Amino acid sequence: MIGSRRQIRLRKALIWLALILGACFAGLPVLWMVSSSFKSNLEIFAYPPALIDSSFSFKAYQEVLGNPESLRFFFNSYLVAILVTICTVLTSILAGYSFSRYNFRFKKALNLIIIGVQSVPPITLMIPYFGLIVWLGIYNSYLALVLTYMVFTLSYAIIMMTGYFNTLPRDLDEAVMIDGGGSFVTLWRILVPISLPGIVAVGVYTFMLAWNEFLFALTLTRTNDMRTVPIGIHLLMGQHSFEWNQMMALSVLGSLPVLILFLLFQRYFIAGMSAGSIKG
Amino acid sequence: MPYAYLSPTLLLLAALTVLPIATVFLYSLVDNVIVNPNPPNFVGLDNYEEVLTNRKFRGALGNTLYFALVSVVAHFIIGLSFALLLNSRLLSANVKALFRVIYILPWVFTASIIAILWRLLMNPHGVINFLLLEFGLIPELMEWLSDRDLALNAVTFINIWSGYPFYLVSFLAGLQGIPDDLYEAGRVDGGNGWQLFRHITLPQLKPIIISLALLDFIWTVHQFTLIWMTTGGGPMRSTEVLSTYTYKAAFSSHEYSIASTIAMVILAICTFVAIFYVRSQRMADE
Repeated sequence: MIGSRRQIRLRKALIWLALILGACFAGLPVLWMVSSSFKSNLEIFAYPPALIDSSFSFKAYQEVLGNPESLRFFFNSYLVAILVTICTVLTSILAGYSFSRYNFRFKKALNLIIIGVQSVPPITLMIPYFGLIVWLGIYNSYLALVLTYMVFTLSYAIIMMTGYFNTLPRDLDEAVMIDGGGSFVTLWRILVPISLPGIVAVGVYTFMLAWNEFLFALTLTRTNDMRTVPIGIHLLMGQHSFEWNQMMALSVLGSLPVLILFLLFQRYFIAGMSAGSIKG
Repeated sequence: MPYAYLSPTLLLLAALTVLPIATVFLYSLVDNVIVNPNPPNFVGLDNYEEVLTNRKFRGALGNTLYFALVSVVAHFIIGLSFALLLNSRLLSANVKALFRVIYILPWVFTASIIAILWRLLMNPHGVINFLLLEFGLIPELMEWLSDRDLALNAVTFINIWSGYPFYLVSFLAGLQGIPDDLYEAGRVDGGNGWQLFRHITLPQLKPIIISLALLDFIWTVHQFTLIWMTTGGGPMRSTEVLSTYTYKAAFSSHEYSIASTIAMVILAICTFVAIFYVRSQRMADE
């Protein structure tokens, strides 16, 4: 298709137009979030609205960061997300190794169950979890969140990890085995170090899922000192008769960890997501 | 040995997936659980009959299907359009990289933050009403989230905004996987842009499209946070979906047997769709 120069210029202009319209759709809401976080609460619904107005200040951020309660939300979110990530990565390495390197009787069935777990609605598990967690005596604790989050992080992690191990040639581990190393040694000394990109992808993705979780955190914690950032935003909505600027500041701060991880590890994210089984 | 490596996974799955699902199923077969001091009586499928004939349940089911189907179709269209745009040969690599980040942006935010952001944007005195009014697209200020005729479409729109990047990323990878030879051959045969798209691009992306759509449908049926934090299922149950309905039955009305029954119905819908998903994955593997 060799069009004239004018035709190409026209097409280019149309593409740029579509590109910019799309960027407005995707980006303007986010820009508005950031802009509102710098306004005073009185100016939030000012007419006509402005991106930056005379009330521009960091006050909302100071209030969020100066409030021990909201700092605690961040501490809880980081702690739970990091614990979930460590546990999920370790467990999925072991499981992925097993699926990738062994043949055993129930392999197909187990694989099917692990894929199937992704489709189990969290709300279905919610009702029995409540009873189970209370019965175990871990209601309103970090352990309750870590265990329940792992149910939905683990299946993705195992699928991704198995896929990654499958791309590594078996000769690698067989060489070590012949030298007298056991399978455990092979896994940690050989496979894990060269699988680092895959492990990072699993880790980053798990962190994101855990950071974003809402339903379990809402029902399995009771006191404010155990709440995570998403629940904190939910609480702010009720308590402070809509301090919009503070809610937006908290939202910006609450999105930063995932945004930074995303920008740093974009390549891994995209590789993981396009593996076909992943979503935020 | 393989079972030793799998033991932590198996333990967790048994304790926190298999056992709970069995529990919910049992709860759905008895007349009362958890809160009532009387011992539960086995009632067979009575709860299912009660739920399936209930008008509120049917409303929630209809809303859920509308929410999920419209979201899936819109995600597909937007995701594919953006992917095709970003794949254009007329753009430089830097431009593509920049716009790719912008287009994926909505995906970075968690549902509760998306909910609160759009409550601000869709507020009657918010910026969306201002813009639409300025351009003369609406006659007066609209109550997007508290008008019962608008709310379901409004939350669906929010879900569309938050969910399309997943498709975009998968389609970008998929488009890069289509060999150039196919297009060359198509051009030699005299195909125009639209014909190339219909007869090469779409068929090549078909496996990705199918698994994305099925998975997205399941996830949209799971969606709780976004609706809970924007409308809470209101006004007048106009945005009530199965997950918010279940949550209310359990934690507001304390009707755990009924809630468990609805939870089983959601599970059945998702499992049904998941069977097709697993099949499509298997076909892709082979």
